[in-house]
Amino acid sequence: MTVSSKDITQTADQLPVAPHPARFPRNPGIPLDLDWVSSVQANTSAVERRAGSLGARRSVKKDYQAAWLLRAITLMDLTTLNGDDTRGKVRRLCAKAKRPLRQDLVEALGVQDLNITTGAVCVYHDMIGTAVEALEGSGIPVAAVSTGFPDALSPFHLRVQEIEESVKAGAAEIDIVISRRHVLSGDWQALYDEMRAYREACGEAHVKAIISTGNLGSLRNVARASHVCMMAGADFIKTSTGKESVNATLPVSLTMVRTTREYEARTGYKIGFKPAGGISKAKDALVYMSLMKEERGNDWLEPDLFRFGASSLLGDIERQLEHFVTGRYSAAFRHGIS
Amino acid sequence: MTVSEIFKTMDYGTAPESASEVNAWLDRHDRTFGLFIGGAFTKPGKACFDSVNPANGEVLASLTEATAKDVDAAVKAASKAQKGWAALGGAGRARHLYALARLIQKHARLFAVLESLDNGKPIRESRDADIPLAARHFYHHAGWAQLVESEMQGYEPIGVAGQVIPWNFPFLMLAWKIAPALAMGNAVVLKPAEYTSLTALLFAEICVEAGLTEGVVNIVTGHGPVGAMIAEHKDVAKVAFTGSTRVGRILREQTAGTGKKLTLELGGKSPFIVFDDADMDSAIEGIVDAIWFNQGQVCCAGSRLLVQENIAETFHDRLRLRMQSLRVGDPLDKSIDIGCVVDPVQHKQITAMVDQGVAEGATAFRGEASLPENGCYYPPTLLTGIEAGDTLAQEEIFGPVLVSMNFRTPAEAVQLANNSRYGLAASVWTENINLALGVAPQIKAGVIWVNCTNQFDAAAGFGGYRESGFGREGGREGLYEYVKPSYLKSLKDAAPAKPHALSEGGGEGIDRTAKMYVGGKQARPDSGYSAPVTNPKGKLISHVGLGNRKDIRNAVEAATAASGGWVKASGHNKAQILYFIGENLAARAEEFGARLSAMTGASVKSAAQEVDAAVNRLFTYAAWADKYDGQVHSVPVRGVTVAMKEPVGVMGIACPDEAPLLGFVSLVAPAIAMGNTVVAVPSPVHPLVATDLYQVLDTSDLPGGVVNIVTGDRDELSKTLADHYGVDGVWYHGSAEGSKMVEHAAAANLKRTWVNYGKAIDWLNPEQAEGQEYLRQATEVKNVWIPYGE
Repeated sequence: MTVSSKDITQTADQLPVAPHPARFPRNPGIPLDLDWVSSVQANTSAVERRAGSLGARRSVKKDYQAAWLLRAITLMDLTTLNGDDTRGKVRRLCAKAKRPLRQDLVEALGVQDLNITTGAVCVYHDMIGTAVEALEGSGIPVAAVSTGFPDALSPFHLRVQEIEESVKAGAAEIDIVISRRHVLSGDWQALYDEMRAYREACGEAHVKAIISTGNLGSLRNVARASHVCMMAGADFIKTSTGKESVNATLPVSLTMVRTTREYEARTGYKIGFKPAGGISKAKDALVYMSLMKEERGNDWLEPDLFRFGASSLLGDIERQLEHFVTGRYSAAFRHGIS
Repeated sequence: MTVSEIFKTMDYGTAPESASEVNAWLDRHDRTFGLFIGGAFTKPGKACFDSVNPANGEVLASLTEATAKDVDAAVKAASKAQKGWAALGGAGRARHLYALARLIQKHARLFAVLESLDNGKPIRESRDADIPLAARHFYHHAGWAQLVESEMQGYEPIGVAGQVIPWNFPFLMLAWKIAPALAMGNAVVLKPAEYTSLTALLFAEICVEAGLTEGVVNIVTGHGPVGAMIAEHKDVAKVAFTGSTRVGRILREQTAGTGKKLTLELGGKSPFIVFDDADMDSAIEGIVDAIWFNQGQVCCAGSRLLVQENIAETFHDRLRLRMQSLRVGDPLDKSIDIGCVVDPVQHKQITAMVDQGVAEGATAFRGEASLPENGCYYPPTLLTGIEAGDTLAQEEIFGPVLVSMNFRTPAEAVQLANNSRYGLAASVWTENINLALGVAPQIKAGVIWVNCTNQFDAAAGFGGYRESGFGREGGREGLYEYVKPSYLKSLKDAAPAKPHALSEGGGEGIDRTAKMYVGGKQARPDSGYSAPVTNPKGKLISHVGLGNRKDIRNAVEAATAASGGWVKASGHNKAQILYFIGENLAARAEEFGARLSAMTGASVKSAAQEVDAAVNRLFTYAAWADKYDGQVHSVPVRGVTVAMKEPVGVMGIACPDEAPLLGFVSLVAPAIAMGNTVVAVPSPVHPLVATDLYQVLDTSDLPGGVVNIVTGDRDELSKTLADHYGVDGVWYHGSAEGSKMVEHAAAANLKRTWVNYGKAIDWLNPEQAEGQEYLRQATEVKNVWIPYGE
């Protein structure tokens, strides 16, 4: 889990999965290794071919599909990041996070004891308090986007301060946004220093580094930025803000997930991955999960190492699960909105 | 397991594709099939054999073992249909091919499931690769049929094609064989492999549905001997075979001298080269596609991994990790990577080869994933501790087994890649475009995949160098395998030219000694013997050396040594030299004319005409030297597929007696214009114009060894050339028997041959004696796939 150890001791009983506090040691980061960064390669055509074949190589059906979709719910950062967010909207979101599935479906699936909730709720800073309050006792952590999300062009000291304020307000996870200009200008030192500062500001809160893949121009840059963020202590690497014109795609996800494997091989630390933006279908979620299982194994099907950033995915999963239970195709209005 | 339990284990479960439609189809045929001849199925024969599902050993259907009579009936039906089919014209044939393509698409899932049941390949592959590629092949060739009259001028259909295909891609290979044959106006008799005939029989049904002209496609089932019957049938004019090098060699021998056109797509031990700047994870996924596609039962499988030494350890670690997540299982399960091998016989062979390799010191690594208990499953295997000379580094395993070796430099990678008798394909992984495009032309293989592997498309030719066979399938280059030059039918038998008995001595002027010409130097014959050359009246003109095996050996060595530099010489440079040869020959036209007259008794006028034509021909090939361009094929990937024209290599050329100068020039000039180096055997009766020519070559800046001239007995010397493992191609103009001998001997290393079957070319007629057909025979097409994009 990417919640802090303090939270874990308080709420371990209600945690959806992985009852053991901190399954793996947290990534402390390593000194910036520029030789390593410059040796990183990503061949776009080949990555696209592999990404394209994932959906065809694995297929989960029937009971397995239902179980996988339930798991997908627990891997979800249920998100609202809009200018018109209000306390009411956030409270509704949190209620959905706590009870993502209609009770009759939970019972029909026989999964009452799994206590299915979403992995986290993800909001802007101003909504942290509301979310923490709404989620109290549920064990669901609150994640906050930070550092001048989504463009990260506010004064640096304010970005750092924003993290500190958010942590103080009760966010257990901070989704920071890197300065894309550091990647585009090849200033890996600046990127490293920035990330390091964010990591320190997070303290016990876990930090997800949004590298904003849609802005980086090439998969090679995606891979290099991922490595630098991990070297600087990121707990998670995350594709996108959801505000770029191109957000999570399978090729960028594959590229990033491969970097976590290489980082672990070199340092021993396991890094989480979060694709965000554009994942709205249950079927897409299953492909992402098989990507994780194929490339990294079952450890990456747990919320401490894998999250979906999603706002509308849950609705489609609910419909698919109702279809599984009843044999009838479902409709959106039969499920509570978030 | 309950949903709740699965939630904890997060297993995939199974996702089986239903076989019910296929079973219904088999049941409709009472699970018993006859042969498809003349547009209808025959009654099942007396001799039958079973088609078995390798995943569970169950019999799928009983098939007919064709008899000689059946084969004869099929060839007759094809013969009868072919004339009308050709007369239908390209546009008419295009409509039929288009209908076949559409019907394959309409029945795509039926084909895919049937293929997986019969062959054991994963449904994902049959569904996503085999069947769509087959449909694409028919579409593409419907297009070529439409264009044949304008694009293939000067060529005509061959007649009846006998086609024998393997069990690894049963339906795709059928498409590769039938689509181009039909497009070009031929009719076919096809034998599917005995393990996997069912999709071919389904295709037969589709031919009926499509209303295809009866007899244009005939399908006969059975074992190897049925294939031999087809190949040997006197009315089969073209034999196309895909399968083992051993059988390919037998077919080469069997068809030698018959005039049957032959294409062979044989085995391979294709290198998969990973340089230290490659995207390693992508390269590893490439390996999955290279050797664990279709259980490694792929002629072009990347079965020899060559890794740069400085990354080898990391690379192997990552590869072993990747192998852990490969899933082997029921071919109809949509969640597996690897199905089962085609038959227990193959399983036994793979097992025996790997066990022997391990016994000889190789280390085998296999993932921990379990195999199904029953069925023909072989686990994905990596063998390390193998060196270049080991059996498993040289022999094709034809299973999911990868052998790995290291290299230090790009040059060593090329050397190792080419350290094989095969030359089908190669995969090159590097992020350095200079390296990739620099290495590609150096590898002896018909297909090079840069940062990808096992890419196929109807628009790009596929086929091998060396003992991987000859001929191409797909692309414009593949069409020529199913046509013949229109002039061939008008050729007459060459008049046998016998040396005239020596009746009168020479003794005029200073004695001139015609030596042989090896490596740019004059050479005396190893034998120490000379033979007299006389004029038609028997008067001695001069002597020439009586060349023997050793002279050929020396000449081939010289040609091999010269090859590297000559291949690299630019087209412009080659053109300049050919022009210069022409210029210098023209300057001595009178002398060469006189020599021709003296030897052949030709009139001054006709001798002068021959010399002038020879000069002209040199100019023609000088002109071509920098213009016989390759192509960029239109394949459905983001990238370019470049069809490069490369020289065959070291060539032996036995020259005709008719037009001793012009014949020599007409054959040698296109060969060297395309970058080959040549060992030429001049007409034994009239050799002196050729030996005179070396002085012209010497004065024309032709590098030593590019053209070597060995005089002596044509057939004896040609035999040595055809036998020689270091010679890549032989052209022969002599007798019918000599032609047969050359084709037969060439089977030893499957060198390319082009022989005259004793027919005389009119060397003064450019339609027969020069042009693109000569250039095509002097080159190999190499397709280099280069996906791009950042």
